Amino acid sequence: MLSQIIAVSSVNLRSIRQRLGSSVVAIVGIAGVVIVFLGVLSIGEGFKAAMSSVGDPRTIIVMRAGSDTEMTSGLSGDAARIIMDTPGIERTERGPVASPELFVIVAHPTRKDTSDANVPLRGVSPEALGVRPEVKIVEGRMFTPGTSEIVVGRAASRQFAGLTVGSSVRWGKNNWQVVGIFEAHGNAAESEIWTDARVLQPAYQRGNSYQSVYVRLPSEDSFQAFKDALTANPQISVTAIREPEYFAAQSEVLHQIITTIGFLIAGLMGIGAVFGAVNTMYTAVSTRTREIATLRALGFGSFPVVFSVLSESAFLSLVGGLIGGIAAWAAFDGYQTSTMNFQSFSQIAFAFAVTPRLLMIALIYSLVMGLVGGMLPAIRAARLPVVTALREL
Amino acid sequence: MKFLHIVWKNLMRKKIRTIFTLLSIFVAFLLFGYLMAVRTAFGMGVDLAGADRLMVLNKISLIMPMPRNYMGKVQAIEGVKAVTHANWFGGYYQETKNQFANMAVEPASWLAMYPEFVVAEDQKKAWLADRQGAVVGVDTMKRFGWKVGDRIPLQATIFRRPDRSAWEFNISGTYDSPIKGTDKTQLFFHYEYLNEAVRSSGFSDQIGWLVIKVDDPAHSPDVAKKVDALFANSQTETKTDSEKNFVAGWAKQIGNISLITQLIAAAAIFMMLLVTANTMAQSIRERTSELAVLKTLGFGDGRVLSMVLMESCVLALVGGLSGLGLAWVLVTVGGDPTGSFLPTFYLPLELVAVGVVMVIALGFASGAVPAWQAGRLRIVDALRRN
Repeated sequence: MLSQIIAVSSVNLRSIRQRLGSSVVAIVGIAGVVIVFLGVLSIGEGFKAAMSSVGDPRTIIVMRAGSDTEMTSGLSGDAARIIMDTPGIERTERGPVASPELFVIVAHPTRKDTSDANVPLRGVSPEALGVRPEVKIVEGRMFTPGTSEIVVGRAASRQFAGLTVGSSVRWGKNNWQVVGIFEAHGNAAESEIWTDARVLQPAYQRGNSYQSVYVRLPSEDSFQAFKDALTANPQISVTAIREPEYFAAQSEVLHQIITTIGFLIAGLMGIGAVFGAVNTMYTAVSTRTREIATLRALGFGSFPVVFSVLSESAFLSLVGGLIGGIAAWAAFDGYQTSTMNFQSFSQIAFAFAVTPRLLMIALIYSLVMGLVGGMLPAIRAARLPVVTALREL
Repeated sequence: MKFLHIVWKNLMRKKIRTIFTLLSIFVAFLLFGYLMAVRTAFGMGVDLAGADRLMVLNKISLIMPMPRNYMGKVQAIEGVKAVTHANWFGGYYQETKNQFANMAVEPASWLAMYPEFVVAEDQKKAWLADRQGAVVGVDTMKRFGWKVGDRIPLQATIFRRPDRSAWEFNISGTYDSPIKGTDKTQLFFHYEYLNEAVRSSGFSDQIGWLVIKVDDPAHSPDVAKKVDALFANSQTETKTDSEKNFVAGWAKQIGNISLITQLIAAAAIFMMLLVTANTMAQSIRERTSELAVLKTLGFGDGRVLSMVLMESCVLALVGGLSGLGLAWVLVTVGGDPTGSFLPTFYLPLELVAVGVVMVIALGFASGAVPAWQAGRLRIVDALRRN
C-alpha cells in the first residue's frame, strides 16, 4: 500500500511539468489569495502592534471620571496636584513619578501631499520620561522646559512634513523649534509631538488645566490600592486605567473595522480560490483520466490514487502559498502609513506587519484551500470505472 | 443567436466544471461589489459635498473653538449668502460604544444650509419651539429604537452639565434624505441649550465651526480668502476651505482605502480571469475534433470563433451578474458590516455599471485565446490529432 502511494504520488508530482499551464494557474491563483489575505491582515497586525505592544502595566493613566479618552477629559491644576500627592505612587528624590499632561491636536501637513492632518500634540511635565521608561531620545535632545521647543516621535517625523531636528514650525501664533526625535518601541507615542505642558496651556487657552495624569507605580500589584486611594478622596472625581488597557480601548473601534472587513474580504477571496483550485484539479485529473485508469487496471488501489491527486494539489497550493507569502512580505512588511483614530480624531502612524504568525496562518490556509479543492476531483478519479475511463478521449 | 442552443449544450457537457467556473466568477464579482461599497463608505460622501458650501475652522486645529460673533462678521462679507454654526457634542447613548454624531446647531439656519436633510414641516416647527428638542436621522432612530416624542438622555464627553447629570433631549422630529448616501445617523439640537448650561464653566458663546453658503461656487476661493484675511492676526485665526476639500481631507486621514480596495478587486478579477481562461482552453482542447467536424459541415472560421466567445461570455454574464446582484442585496439589506461606523455604506449605481462592463470584459478576455485557436483550426490537422 505504502509503496503504491509513493509510486503514484511521485509519478504525479513529477508529471506536473507536463501540465505546466494549468498548474501555473493554480499556483498563481493561490498566491494571489495569499497576497491579498496577508496584505489585509498585516494592516490589522501592524495597527495592533502600534497600539498595544509595549503599554506598561505599571503605568497608570488618570482621567476625569466618565472619560474614555484623554481628548475629552479635563482636570484642573488643583485636581492634578491632588492626584500626584496620592499615596502609592513611585517616588524619587525629585518627588512622585507622575506627569500631568495635555493632549490636543494640531493641523499639520503630511509629507505625501500638503493636505492637513490632525497630528496629536502632547504637553508633558518633567517626569514624562519617568512614567514612560520605553521612550528614548534618539536624536537631538529633550526640550527645555518653559521654551517653545518640541520633540517629535519617530513615526510622526516620518509621516508629517518639516518635523526634523533643527527645523521650526508655525502653529497659530506660535513658532516651535524641533530639538529632538524620540522612539518608543514603535508604539502609539511615536505618532505624537511633545512639548512642555505649561507652554502648551496658554497656546490652547487651557488656563492651568490638564487632561490626564500619567503615574508610575512601584509594582503591578499596587494598582488596586492606588485606585482605591483615588476613589476615597472626595475632592476629586477621576478614573484610573492601566496603560495597556487604555491603548487597547483606544484602538477598539478602528481595530474592529479593520478586522471585520479584513476577514470578510479574505474569507470571500478564499472561497473563490477554493472554486478555482477545484477547477484546476478537475482539469488536471480529466486530462489524466486514461493514465489513472491504466494505473488502476495495473492493480493500484483507489486510495493511492486519491492520495496522489490530493498530494499534487497540496503541493501546488503550498508553492502558491509560499510565493504569495514571500511576495506579500516583500511588498507590505514595514510599509509606513497612518490613519485616523476615530476615538480621538487624531493621527496614528503604524507600519504594516507581515509577522511569522501571519505567514504561518497563510500557509495553513493555502494548504487547506488546496486540500479542499483537490478532494472532489480525487474522489472522482478513484471512482471512475476503469473500462469507461480507458475508453474516454 | 440561433446557436445559443449549441453553446448551452457545450456548457452543460461537464456540469461540475461549468458550475465551479460560474462560482468563481460569482465570488469575484460579489467581492468586487462589496469592496466598492466599502470604498464609497470610506470616501465619506465626498461626492455629495455641497459645491457652494465652505467650512471655517480654527486654524490651529479643529478641536479649538472660535467666538460666536464670528458668524455675524462673516455674514457681512461680500459673496456670502448664508452662514450657520455648529459644535461637536460627542455624546453617547447609555454606553460608550453607542457613540454617534451629535451636534449643537442653530436650528433654522442649519436646516436652511442643508436642504438634503428633510424634516416634516410640523416636526420642524416643534423643534424650533422646543429648546431641548432634537432632530435625529432615521438610521439612528432605528438603531436605538427611538420614537418621535421620546425623551432621551445622552452622556456627555466634552461638555458636562454643572451638576454632572446626563443631557436630556426631546425628539421633536426625524430627518431623512432623498439623496442616496447621505449620512442619516446624526442628531442635531439647539446650541442655546448647550450654551446656557455651560455658561458657568466659562465656555460660553464659543462655537466649533462655521458653514458658509456662497452665492456662486465660482466665488468660493475668493470668499475663503476674505474670511481668513478678516481674522488674520486676531486671537483666533481661521482656516476656510470648501466642504469637498474638507471631507476629502478627512477621508484621506483615514488612509488610502480607495487604493487598497481597488488593488484587492483587481487581484480577485485577475485570478478569475486566469481560472476561466484555463477552463475555456481546456474545454476547447477536449473538443478539437468536434470543432473540426463543425467546420467540415461548413461552419466558417468566424462563426466557430464567435461560438466559443459566446460560451465564455455566457459564463461570465451568468456568474458575474449574479455576483453583483448578491453584493447589491447584501449591501442594501445587510447594511454596514461594522454596525454603525460607516454611515454612507451603499453601492452607487455608476459602480454597478463599472462592474457590468468588467463582467463583459472578462467574458471576452477569457475566451479570446481559445476562440482564436478554434477559429484558425485547420480541419485536416484537427481531425488527425486523435
